Amino acid sequence: MMTSIVGQSVPKTDGLGQVTGSALYIDDIKYPGMHYIKMLHSPVHRGLIRNLDVSAAENVPGVLGTITAKDVPGQDGYGFFMDQQVFASEFVCYRGERIAGVVAVDEDAALEGVSKIKVDIEEQEPVFDMFEAMKPESPLVRPNLETNLWDKFGDGTQTIYRLRAGDVEAGFAEADEIVETEIYEATHDHAQLEPHISIAFLDDAGRLAIHTDSQAFYLHLVLCLCPVLGLPTSKIRYIGGRIGGGFGGRNDVHTDHITGIAALKFKVPVKWRLTRREDLATTMKRGPYIFNVKDGVKKDGRIVARYVKCWHDCGAWAGMDPMPSARSPSLAWDPTACPIYGTMAGASLPTNRPPPPCAVLPRPMAARPLNWPWTVRPRPSA
Amino acid sequence: MKQILSFVLNGQPVVTLAEATDTLLDVLREGLSVTSPKRGCDTGDCGTCTVLIDGEPIRSCVTIALTVEGKEVTTLEGLSKDGELHPLQKEFHERYASQCGFCTPGMIMTATALLNKNPHPTREEIIDAIAGNLCRCGAYIEIVEAIEAVAGGDGKESA
Repeated sequence: MMTSIVGQSVPKTDGLGQVTGSALYIDDIKYPGMHYIKMLHSPVHRGLIRNLDVSAAENVPGVLGTITAKDVPGQDGYGFFMDQQVFASEFVCYRGERIAGVVAVDEDAALEGVSKIKVDIEEQEPVFDMFEAMKPESPLVRPNLETNLWDKFGDGTQTIYRLRAGDVEAGFAEADEIVETEIYEATHDHAQLEPHISIAFLDDAGRLAIHTDSQAFYLHLVLCLCPVLGLPTSKIRYIGGRIGGGFGGRNDVHTDHITGIAALKFKVPVKWRLTRREDLATTMKRGPYIFNVKDGVKKDGRIVARYVKCWHDCGAWAGMDPMPSARSPSLAWDPTACPIYGTMAGASLPTNRPPPPCAVLPRPMAARPLNWPWTVRPRPSA
Repeated sequence: MKQILSFVLNGQPVVTLAEATDTLLDVLREGLSVTSPKRGCDTGDCGTCTVLIDGEPIRSCVTIALTVEGKEVTTLEGLSKDGELHPLQKEFHERYASQCGFCTPGMIMTATALLNKNPHPTREEIIDAIAGNLCRCGAYIEIVEAIEAVAGGDGKESA
């Protein structure tokens, strides 16, 4: 009978390997002749790169060479808007942005190489607050923007997403009370226990094989690896499966494109594993959200209409952000409990913070603003 | 300069080479390819590199390798005997106490040390013992239940 399996627990398919220690995570894998990458990250939040000299790094014993923007084989742009630079070459727009990588026989030699890189950055005043960034007098988050208000969809506003169900104004008119609140959701780091990591090598079929910690295979393949590496999907063997936690933190590409570039350039297996400090300091965060919620409520407690405005600080690059920004306010709507709904949108506003991945959406905070006061707190004035 | 280091690893004597600056985690993972102790933070904070040195749970990422000369080191690989799972491994598996599994080696080793010293700990003592082991997936309830089940409790969360 089919029902005999209902209510029965199913053994965890990969559980035995995890409790015996035989489960292999990416850092447990080694290849003969494997080399290691260490990265020079931007020390400043915003600035112009006046000069970058990697020659001293290349002369360090054990160093195979360096990778910079010049070594990107395909286009130097990825993400939803296909604009995020792989390496900073002319400007940096967040602290921790990649500038140059050193490939060496071990991590010590690579670190020694990184310490020999000479970079001259003219530091500029950064912007950290998204509402400051919206003001006309605000400096541009990066010089290749015309405005800090992104308008990729060409409708004349920074709005990137709208959702409407029913007549919101009529819903508010019908309500007995109007309740409004603002919810601030702070920056989060996913802090998965396994730091970001990748191994790339050329396999015996001539394909570029990449052990990835990606949580979004297809997106990363078509929105990053294929364009950046200049390869069709048939030439990339993308190997994934076991990761040490993710929570959305692996929804953006952190290391795969870098090891891919190095493996293509030097024809050796290459591993790049971030240290915990590097992981926390330089990878993408879930930037702060601000929701303005207006509810029309009846005296019996029913919410008859809701209007949500959402702003999301998406950091210096859009990355995979447009998706969560757009979806977050729509998740604030419960069609069964609130028939009439409208959003202004999920506006992604850039600042000089690390860009966000398509991270955990702040659904509970958005969906329960008026009944669950533990999530409601005023926006910090600073 | 590398120095000779000999110790007992999971019941087997091993002789290897280590720099004075190498950590036990470096020697285990990179030198001896014992990969169950994981590198989560490398600063002694997350606990996933925990191994037993003479029965004591120790963060191998902040232990200088040469200090284990002549000592007995046990990793997760050394727990199962003759193909039989250790009771902790069995309960962790059956009670879904691992999710991504990255903290599991450290959790089980910490729990092993606890139960060796105190075979019937209270729930509070279990929670106290694993306080230094982070599980970012949040499987703490199942982890405590699995340890409790081995310790002779019913493995059910009390109200």
